[in-house]
Amino acid sequence: MADEAPFQFLHSEVIQYVFGASDSGDAETGRNITKVESMGFRVGQGLIERLTKETSRFKDELDVMKFICKDFWTCLFKKQIDNLRTNHQGIYVLQDSKFQLLSHLSAGKQYLDQAPKYLAFTCGLVRGALSNLGVKSIVTAEVSIMPACKFQVMIQKI
Amino acid sequence: MSRQANRATDNKKMNSELFTLTYGALVTQLCKDYENDEEVNKQLDKMGYNIGVRLIEDFLARSSIGRCQDFRETADVIAKVAFKMYLGVTPSVTNWSPAGDEFSLILENNPLVDFVELPDNHNTLVYSNLLCGVLRGALEMVQMAVDVKFVQDTLRGDNVTEIRMKFIKRIEENLPAGDE
Repeated sequence: MADEAPFQFLHSEVIQYVFGASDSGDAETGRNITKVESMGFRVGQGLIERLTKETSRFKDELDVMKFICKDFWTCLFKKQIDNLRTNHQGIYVLQDSKFQLLSHLSAGKQYLDQAPKYLAFTCGLVRGALSNLGVKSIVTAEVSIMPACKFQVMIQKI
Repeated sequence: MSRQANRATDNKKMNSELFTLTYGALVTQLCKDYENDEEVNKQLDKMGYNIGVRLIEDFLARSSIGRCQDFRETADVIAKVAFKMYLGVTPSVTNWSPAGDEFSLILENNPLVDFVELPDNHNTLVYSNLLCGVLRGALEMVQMAVDVKFVQDTLRGDNVTEIRMKFIKRIEENLPAGDE
């Protein structure tokens, strides 16, 4: 079953819908990114709930992050995060060297400024998943060479 | 360890859940953005159409299915190959019109509505209307103009979900004169 295709098509249609065809101002773009991110947040919450239904309790924060990198990522994109780094002070960097939602964009530098649109939903997914596991965070993403991508998770201490 | 168990089967299910939930988030957003259900239905159809015109290439490449002889064959391909491939369900093809230009796809379960309940104030919302657009867009790319609509929906309390498809016409390709 080509089960990743429907999501990919739907995702790009969502982006198309929210951002529209024309280039709007920075403030507008920011609002739209927030909109897509919060859609992802809700989806992430729902998914993690079903995924962790029968798992044992997590030991600590790092254990949670490993679960996100392995199991959660595999469910979303059929591969694991390639590299996980942390400063042990609440910052984690998740690197995906071939991020699925960027792989259909040209690999050159030409569309680099378009990349944030395609990452917002996934940032939301991660933040939503973490939030339902009791970890409050801020998730951002950056791309320097397509289709590799780094997600930075900043844990918010309560 | 229990965490490792059943991973292969889970992944498959989870991936379709990702699609289902994302679709849900989209419909929710549309309901916020537009004032009435009619507008939402229209927008879903439009987005479906955009997906359909691109999905058909992916479909033809994956399935390596050639030209269909008639509309009946098209109906079978849609139900048995396309729905199976992308949504993991196989609707049945029934209720053919005597002229053979109209049929119904009956879905016993519709993966799009897995976690969905319609609130009372959205009684004209056609939740899965995206599918109509997808079918219309995809068939248009293979020179078939069709009319697609939902006539029954489990979300509204019907027993099954029924999509009615009507063949309108073949789209002739208008090639410029002298261009083969």
